[in-house]
Amino acid sequence: MIVYPEGVFYCHVEADDVAEIVEEHLLKGRIVERLLFKEPLTEETIPSYQDIDFYKKQHRIVLSNCGRINPESIQEYIAAGGYEAAGKALTEMTPEEVIAEVKNAGLRGRGGAGFPTGLKWELTRKTESDKKYLVCNADEGDPGAFMDRSLLEGDPHRIIEGMIIAAYAIGADEGYIYIRAEYPLAIERLELAIEQAQNLGLLGKDILGSGFDFDLHIKKGAGAFVCGEETALMASIEGKRGMPRPKPPFPSVSGLWGKPTNINNVETFANVPYIINYGAEAFNSIGTEKSKGTKVFALTGKINNTGLVEVPMGITLREIIYDIGGGMNQGKKFKAVQTGGPSGGCIPAELLDLKIDYESLQEVGAMMGSGGMVVMDDSTCMVDVARFFLSFTQSESCGKCTPCREGTKRMLEILNRICSGEGREGDLELLEELANHIKETSLCQLGGSAPNPVLSTLLYFRDEYEAHIKDKRCPANVCEGMGAVYVIDENKCVGCGMCARVCPIEAISGKPKEPYRINEDLCISCGACAAKCPVGAISQG
Amino acid sequence: MKSLKELRELRETLQKEISARNSAGKPKIIIGMGTCGIAAGAREILHTVLEEIERRKLDVVVTQTGCIGMCEKEPLLDVQLPGKERITYGNLKKDDVKRIIVEHVINGNIVTDLAIARFEEGRD
Ligand SMILES: Cc1cc2nc3c(=O)[nH]c(=O)nc-3n(C[C@H](O)[C@H](O)[C@H](O)COP(=O)(O)O)c2cc1C
Repeated sequence: MIVYPEGVFYCHVEADDVAEIVEEHLLKGRIVERLLFKEPLTEETIPSYQDIDFYKKQHRIVLSNCGRINPESIQEYIAAGGYEAAGKALTEMTPEEVIAEVKNAGLRGRGGAGFPTGLKWELTRKTESDKKYLVCNADEGDPGAFMDRSLLEGDPHRIIEGMIIAAYAIGADEGYIYIRAEYPLAIERLELAIEQAQNLGLLGKDILGSGFDFDLHIKKGAGAFVCGEETALMASIEGKRGMPRPKPPFPSVSGLWGKPTNINNVETFANVPYIINYGAEAFNSIGTEKSKGTKVFALTGKINNTGLVEVPMGITLREIIYDIGGGMNQGKKFKAVQTGGPSGGCIPAELLDLKIDYESLQEVGAMMGSGGMVVMDDSTCMVDVARFFLSFTQSESCGKCTPCREGTKRMLEILNRICSGEGREGDLELLEELANHIKETSLCQLGGSAPNPVLSTLLYFRDEYEAHIKDKRCPANVCEGMGAVYVIDENKCVGCGMCARVCPIEAISGKPKEPYRINEDLCISCGACAAKCPVGAISQG
Repeated sequence: MKSLKELRELRETLQKEISARNSAGKPKIIIGMGTCGIAAGAREILHTVLEEIERRKLDVVVTQTGCIGMCEKEPLLDVQLPGKERITYGNLKKDDVKRIIVEHVINGNIVTDLAIARFEEGRD
């Protein structure tokens, strides 16, 4: 028996029960629990989050609230322990104690380079000035990366809290969050969160009676990759064109409007409340010798479980890709994993057991970067991947310095030529020479790291480059136009079938004594058939 | 708020309110509304939930959350019945929402073929 409009389903209803249903449910609106349909199933048959493969090896510190609380409710954040760390730092700790805690924790910047956060704060603290600024870098320009966006959308108060603590530590009373306009939902939730924090007195004057003032602004960026670079970012906040400038002076000495400025990444700030709440030891007991805590990765590409994961430093790539990521899509073969986006590199299968941290990734020619992780299978052409990232950095180059502006353009020309089957002897050496010059002489790390995807693929997948250049062949069958396909002239063909016998991929078919045909979708332009044809009937069409 | 003490008092009040609501209050439906969820159709799921609630005159709280990481399985929706554990459903289509509302929210039975995971109290 089903009662509408709700659709309550009663079972084993006896005639005697009807009176009760009418009385209780229809008249009083109370559900008659004892008659509800029940399956023998209990909650326990559904796996707990911690027991499913995707989460088993994760360690969620910065993401602990994401997907749990309502990001638009400051009440839910506070109920989950939020703003306790800010309160503790501002009212029970000196700025020096806060800095010492963050230093002992071993927190390093999550924006890419991994600079020690506590040390950076100390440098800004020690610079004397009437005014200091704090900046949050939420530009997140790497293709394939969405860690910061998810954090800002899922738990905006955590970043605000981290910023309050940092501002107190360095002595800043004003902060900016620089975020790309392409992230409208993150901006909306941040704006709301800032307003809620202001209304509760967690931002503004005399926060929690500590005498410390701090307020926050949002500055929307237009989405240029170079504006993620800290000096370009600050120029952009000032309303100038987003271009980097030489360092020193470092932002800790002269940053926004010439004032000492401390700039950190979103995820860096998101780690701070945990460190203050649970102490440096709780944090530095996670990770490797030099890289402490966790790292969030945006796991994408040809694997079964894509998504956002937070793992302890020191986990292996294999664990991330196979245990958390569920292995390769459709059982395909793993070829490489790209970390660090356009500044990073491709890591081959031989290195899957690498324990990841800032140093280990750098040693193998890749980079922690901000946390993009793209998994590739054997249908990916590594030359094409290198070309993709270089075309990105080339078009995002601001053009201020020559090595980056001209050098990436020349490198891209060579890669384009290799991918269209016109690569020449000496191209690889020229690529390497250009790459090393660009790395050494560029003004900022956009140019300084732009050659990395090319260098790392040259290191691990040089044979693929050589196949393109010497054999005019793309082993992954991605690059088109590697040389035109071959065709058989029907009028000349004598139907001997020699061509079909030498074709390495069986692209030629026909009957003896009749003209043979080449399937142009299959032909790899190797030329074996043309070399064998006794009557010269085969040529490139 | 003018002190850490006040913040702590507020937290305690809020925690009590939330746990009272979870044990005795109304059923709650929580929709994953990060960009990944929205891109996978979370807005349509939300509309269907609201329509069903309206049509069946249910007294249910509908709220939202951010990305829990399983972007692959979006759109995601959680159901939390008073005194019960919070259950996550994934890969949802409009028609699944109707089933979840009838079978789980109204009749208290977890839709096992759509359920992905549950939040176990006290474990992180
Ligand atoms: C081209 C380029 C783009 C960058 N983009 C970002 C970015 O999107 N987000 C970010 O946090 N850092 C980015 N950085 C790094 C910043 O310059 C800076 O090192 C970082 O924000 C410092 O914060 P952290 O110490 O917390 O990592 C970029 C650097 C370069 C050279």
